[in-house]
Amino acid sequence: MGKTIWIVTALVMLAAPWAFPGGFALTLLTQMGTLIIFALSYNMLLGQGGMLSFGHAVYSGLGAYITVHALNAIGKSWGWVTPLPLLPLVGGFAGLAFGVIFGYVTTKKAGTTFAMISLGIGELVYACVLMFPGFFGGEAGISTNRTVGQPLFGITFGPSIQVYYLVAAWCFACMVAMYALTQTPLGRMANAVRDNPERAEFVGYDTQKVRFLQLVLSAFFAGISGALSCINFEIVSAENVSAIRSGGVLLAAFIGGIPFFFGPVIGAIVFIFFVAALSGFTKAWLLYLGLFFCIMVLYAPGGIASLFLMQIGLARAGRLRRMALPYALAAAAALVALAGLIGLVESVYRLSDVTSDPQMVLFGLELNAKDPAVWIGSGLLLACGLLAIRFASRTVVARWDAVQQELKGASA
Amino acid sequence: MSALELRDVHKSFGSTKIIQGVSLSIAPGERHAIIGPNGAGKSTLFNLVSGRFPLTQGSIHLNGEDITGLRPFEINRKGLSRSFQVTNIFHNLTVFENLRCAVLWAHGYKYSFWHRLAKLGGVNRRAEEVLQKIGLRSRAGVPAGTLSYAEQRALEIGVTIAGGATVILLDEPTAGMSRTETAHAVELIRQVSQDKTLVMVEHDMGVVFDLADRISVLVYGEVIATGTPAEIRGNAAVQEAYLGTSLAQAAHA
Repeated sequence: MGKTIWIVTALVMLAAPWAFPGGFALTLLTQMGTLIIFALSYNMLLGQGGMLSFGHAVYSGLGAYITVHALNAIGKSWGWVTPLPLLPLVGGFAGLAFGVIFGYVTTKKAGTTFAMISLGIGELVYACVLMFPGFFGGEAGISTNRTVGQPLFGITFGPSIQVYYLVAAWCFACMVAMYALTQTPLGRMANAVRDNPERAEFVGYDTQKVRFLQLVLSAFFAGISGALSCINFEIVSAENVSAIRSGGVLLAAFIGGIPFFFGPVIGAIVFIFFVAALSGFTKAWLLYLGLFFCIMVLYAPGGIASLFLMQIGLARAGRLRRMALPYALAAAAALVALAGLIGLVESVYRLSDVTSDPQMVLFGLELNAKDPAVWIGSGLLLACGLLAIRFASRTVVARWDAVQQELKGASA
Repeated sequence: MSALELRDVHKSFGSTKIIQGVSLSIAPGERHAIIGPNGAGKSTLFNLVSGRFPLTQGSIHLNGEDITGLRPFEINRKGLSRSFQVTNIFHNLTVFENLRCAVLWAHGYKYSFWHRLAKLGGVNRRAEEVLQKIGLRSRAGVPAGTLSYAEQRALEIGVTIAGGATVILLDEPTAGMSRTETAHAVELIRQVSQDKTLVMVEHDMGVVFDLADRISVLVYGEVIATGTPAEIRGNAAVQEAYLGTSLAQAAHA
């Protein structure tokens, strides 16, 4: 992981708003930046420390609440230049403080116990947020205005492009910081504790303390991402600390690939695509996301990152072209199955919701969900697609093994 | 002063008495073997000394300091390190990272998240040195879980000694090894235990009589004899209670 990849990452982040112009794309990019920080901070627990948390939104959410109050307090009394760019630090330290409080309880045990306690604390915090509307604003939440204070060099943080660059700058800094943390004694011992807590104790480490410190640092970054989402949306509500958020970040990190540092970055991008982009097209987006997650868990537990790395390994050996045909077959089969699946799912959604029009446009075709031909056609497509996937995946595996054998033979 | 001293150590699991009053004194620099039939409580004794299990009664002293009831990492920090009968390493980390993890605390880096591992000269040199010693240099970048059995056993010993502990416990270091692998392991143990106090549980009598300065025989949770290899070989009680003729045979082999 040389300097080049960081420079490329920075350039991509700088250029992204020009490569994808338009207000909607900018909204997506800003959300991606926020979620990248959140997913990477989550992976400090799951991928690096072996801690499966079901309540990570507690830290980002409470960080966001503290930030929104800080921002509102500033709005009342501030006459100087806007301190907005530094506000994520407020969120970060709030996250860190709650990490110290809750982490002390959750990290006492590892494994299933940790997972259960994190879930419990998540529910507890969510309940508290609804119980104290004075501070948390109840269901409606607390809204704010990010443009308070005097602009600095004409930057008001009103336009979303300015917010994007604020998020991008923090995102980049956090990525570098979190990567650097993986290269420290604590970062390495977190891996060791994940692999074998008992052995870690017998080389002198208190595993509880390793987990605790790792969680506190992770909560700091979660708090930063919470603060950025507060600045971006100008509202913080109970949803920010909810189990839905906690589950979402788990999904994002896992889909991207928890064994790799950059996995959650990919996961965050894909996840935002599902949540923000796909939800505009179909009501069934959550179902597609769930299916996608299940398929990844079953067939690619290393996430998208692992699939990428496998291809890169092959490309370096100059054998990627040998996989082209099997991959094309598999992709074609998957597309057929997907088309069938979409036909069925969309029809079901149209019929289950009486308010929606059974008439729909799928793949440029005018279809009616009440038409049996649509059901039969979709079902057939799905069945044929699944059969074809079976066949194609065998071809892929066979060719893959053959290529691996060749490589082994070549290196021996 | 003894490097390691056990005073009237008892351990019961429920009503089952596993260790029944073991007293042992091991001098600094001594290589001490603990032998005994299966189920005699040898591994349990190691687990008591290293803090894995709490004692029921008695006390344990390391370099004159009472370590009874301390937790494993506290005992490790005082200079006692152990290996395991079933290989106990960090499977997803590389061989080099395994050794580096074992060195970090001893070099004072504790829970630091402000040092860069790559720049810790002393730590990296020590890890390299141990890597060389255990003969896994060519495997440095390989995940430990993919090593062969004998290689994993060597790494197990490497992780145990890397921190520079003065008292080393090895639990059946040659278990499951072929003859050549065993010979290799014995050489390795001899090398790494130089100027250290070594306590080992071992079944292979060849290894025991080759390496040990003194031997203790543990039967049903009690030490029935302690002495030099010659004394143990000639001890009638040991012959009777333990391996009988096979001990004499092994010693002659």
